[in-house]
Amino acid sequence: MLPSSPAAGTILPGQRATCRGRAGSLAKVPRVVVDVVPKPEILDPQGQAIVRALPRLGVRGVRDVRQAKHFELDVDEDVDAETLHRIAGELLANPVIEDWTVRLL
Amino acid sequence: MTCRIGVITFPGTLDDVDAARAVRYAGAEPVGLWHADDDLRGVDAVIVPGGFSYGDYLRAGAIAAHQPVLRAVRDAAGRGMPVLGICNGFQILCEAGLLPGALVRNSGLHFICRDQRLRVETSATAWTGRYTTGAEVVVPLKSIEGRYVADSATLATLEADSRVVFRYVGFSPNGALHDIAGIASADGRVVGLMPHPEHAIDPLTGPSSDGLDVFRSAVDAVLGSVRG
Repeated sequence: MLPSSPAAGTILPGQRATCRGRAGSLAKVPRVVVDVVPKPEILDPQGQAIVRALPRLGVRGVRDVRQAKHFELDVDEDVDAETLHRIAGELLANPVIEDWTVRLL
Repeated sequence: MTCRIGVITFPGTLDDVDAARAVRYAGAEPVGLWHADDDLRGVDAVIVPGGFSYGDYLRAGAIAAHQPVLRAVRDAAGRGMPVLGICNGFQILCEAGLLPGALVRNSGLHFICRDQRLRVETSATAWTGRYTTGAEVVVPLKSIEGRYVADSATLATLEADSRVVFRYVGFSPNGALHDIAGIASADGRVVGLMPHPEHAIDPLTGPSSDGLDVFRSAVDAVLGSVRG
């Protein structure tokens, strides 16, 4: 419960966490995660550079690394899966070189 | 008549001024086009120049490909208007689906800036009519996302239909498949290449003047189609 009639400008505890999007409705807004990964046949030199750096940490046994992109989307309830895949396939990923997954967090 | 060639500027475009200068050197009139324009101001051809549109956010060219001016370019290309994408412009045309394949990070991970020898593989495009097939040219290459990739079926089609327009000579500096530096659409009107012909139009300011005939070729294509 909020204290009654807080003075204007008072920073309420937790306000930073709840003022994103529509006030008071954060818990209702689904968060969707889209992961975009280079296709297996596309050479990923950044991932290879990471693999080559690992022995300098004393780490062994990592055979391959694919560097990917992770997107978090806060969306309205009425945004359906088809729309989310359209967002992923037409903008977030380039289907020529990347695969993607869409999941609800 | 005077040939009018549009040069698009996005936030982050770098090479629009040199592209406009190349258009003037070729005897045509450059017309500035802004990313938010949804019409092409009556131009006869369009150049999508190099740079870092939208800071290369998301992927190089991905944001620019969805801007209003690109929708207009897509419509015009469908009617046969000559379109040239240079470097970031090539990336944008691929992202927009006007050319097949994609440009990804150089295999060596380094930004490459060098005078690059290329072979002109076909003169049968709107942007290479002035060259002899097989001619070698030297123009600057400056990019980090310059490695051309496409699936094997697409590569086979590009080769079989002589749509590889420019190829790196000697070796591929960025790991591009089939040493591809530039390709064309099926009708030969849309061309994209990673190296920069607009920086090689005058020995005073570039390694050669080898790039100027790209722009003269477009003028020929425009005026020829008017006469024809």
